[in-house]
Amino acid sequence: MAKPKVATTSLAGCFGCHMSLLDIDERILDLVDKVDFDRSPINDIKEIRGTVDIGLIEGGCANEENVRVLREFRERCRLLISVGDCAINGGVPALRNLVPLGECFEEAYLSGPSVDNPSRRIPDDPEIPRLLDRVRPCHEVVKIDYHLPGCPPSADTLWAALTALLAGKSPELPYELVKYD
Amino acid sequence: MANPATQRIVIEPLTRVEGHGKVTLLLDDRHRVQQARLHIVEFRGFERFIQGRPYWEVPVLVQRLCGICPVSHHLCAAKAIDGIVGVDRLPPTADKMRRLMHYGQIFQSHALHFFYLASPDLLLGFDAPVERRNVVGVIAEHPELALQGVAMRKFGQEIILATAGKKIHGTGAIPGGINKNLSVPERDRLLADLPRMLEWSQKAVALARDYTLGQLERLRDFGSFESNHVGLVRPDGALDLYDGRLRAVDARGGVLVDQVEPGDYLDVIAEEVRPWSYMKFPYLKTLGPADGWYRVGPLARLNVCDSIDTPLAEAARRELFAALGGRPSNVTMAYHWARMVELLHAAEVIERLLGDADLQGEDLVAPAGERRFESVAMLEAPRGTLTHHYRVDENDLVTMANLIVSTTCNNEAMNRAVRRIADDQISGRPEITEALLNQIEIGIRAYDPCLSCATHALGRMPLEVTLVDARGEVLDRRTRPS
Ligand code: SF4
Repeated sequence: MAKPKVATTSLAGCFGCHMSLLDIDERILDLVDKVDFDRSPINDIKEIRGTVDIGLIEGGCANEENVRVLREFRERCRLLISVGDCAINGGVPALRNLVPLGECFEEAYLSGPSVDNPSRRIPDDPEIPRLLDRVRPCHEVVKIDYHLPGCPPSADTLWAALTALLAGKSPELPYELVKYD
Repeated sequence: MANPATQRIVIEPLTRVEGHGKVTLLLDDRHRVQQARLHIVEFRGFERFIQGRPYWEVPVLVQRLCGICPVSHHLCAAKAIDGIVGVDRLPPTADKMRRLMHYGQIFQSHALHFFYLASPDLLLGFDAPVERRNVVGVIAEHPELALQGVAMRKFGQEIILATAGKKIHGTGAIPGGINKNLSVPERDRLLADLPRMLEWSQKAVALARDYTLGQLERLRDFGSFESNHVGLVRPDGALDLYDGRLRAVDARGGVLVDQVEPGDYLDVIAEEVRPWSYMKFPYLKTLGPADGWYRVGPLARLNVCDSIDTPLAEAARRELFAALGGRPSNVTMAYHWARMVELLHAAEVIERLLGDADLQGEDLVAPAGERRFESVAMLEAPRGTLTHHYRVDENDLVTMANLIVSTTCNNEAMNRAVRRIADDQISGRPEITEALLNQIEIGIRAYDPCLSCATHALGRMPLEVTLVDARGEVLDRRTRPS
């Protein structure tokens, strides 16, 4: 029988949730035994190839590309999990929602003390994706099946949730594994 | 700009790098590369939204820019905030706990990059099939080595846990000090693993050396070019990753600036803005934007420093330069070897620190001194020189934040590597394969870029190559085909 497939992506996140997944350490041998990986930043599969059983999303949506990838994941994944505070509520990146976007650009590209920008042009090339007006949690954009809180959720939390889902069960996480920090 | 006479190729997303970006190549009707660019496609606005937050939040907030090297941001911010509360010298326990945390981070980050991200290219081949060219493939073909990599990264993470309270986004450093010391059981647990770590680090250096020298003919020019190099050194010129002053050398090793205090960074460095990337382009002011760009990170640091104060790494440093034809080296792919020399150095520093009874001291925080309203700190993050600069008002609220992160310093260098590889490997070829595009990513990966924090930004690092013909028709578009 084919192994279940797992895909992961980082949207507006810091990669800390992916690093926490790698903190399962030697259990990675177990994991690659149990599942096949589809698209993920740790391999070179750039687009999801078929149907995926479990999709892990790190980060919320900050630009149009994040939204596109999140929709791709929703279409292709049987179960979609928001991993970490950024995916669940926007996290630290959503602090920018408190400030007009123009002011963020100005600070970074015009008024910062080391900035050299005589043309006063703010990066705007069509090659870089447009930003959303505000950073949004994933469940505002697509339906999310499970939320794993934490910044990041610990490796044990991720492991417990993944192994339960792979065994066809709904994860029942003990109190110590569910943290909002 | 894409004029109508070109083809556009896009590689997207870039993978096995940390963070988000993409590469575009514009080719003319004879498939010659006209333009090659690495775009960073995330923007966060950290410099602005941190304004109005109390300064003591900064070390825990700012690390959320980057989950790969959170400790670097945590500690660099903490060092800057020490200045705000008027502390210039930490109690030995606090200083050494922070150093331990930092070298633990260097160790885990270098192990992560080498074993999880870069080794598939080096061990399985630049053109190994996509299905295998990843850490799972390395586990299948070199299980013992892969497990060593896993255990080494884990060791670094355990040090961070013991010093910061959490493996990712901990809270160890506080203004003027640290919030815990190292207990004897914690120390002994780490010490028990140390001999293996030292042994495996030496093996990793040998592996990177043998790989580099074995393929030197091919690697010497792969994505290579002459450049300036920047890093922090001690007053005696030795490497110091936690604390030091800025030195820059040119492509031949001539010293451009030396012993620049962090507080004077604006005299030396400026950042150019270009419309096609959210990541700025730092340069040395004395040379100007056209010639003043520089490289940072493991190879640049070895190029800049005069020595390493731990014996095994110092021997490895000498061996590297002897084999590559002297210091400095401008060989891009030698970054991997240099990274492993630093991995070994980190293991030796950790050993030295763990043997120091100061880590069990009780004096954790220096008393606040005279309050200051502006402060700058620098350290050497795994990927290179990191600068944090803050202004704080009398209500303790941040009014200005400026970060020049390591990967940003390598922006021009990564773009040059992309261009060089595109010229050498892709230009003039009628058909562009996935393996050719992977070579561009291999050039970028040498720098272990962390694009996540490079823009203090959100987003992705896609690598997309589009081929457009003379009339602007898209001939081919590759987004790392699946
Ligand atoms: S939840 Fe925390 S660890 Fe995860 S991406 Fe967001 S900031 Fe990083």
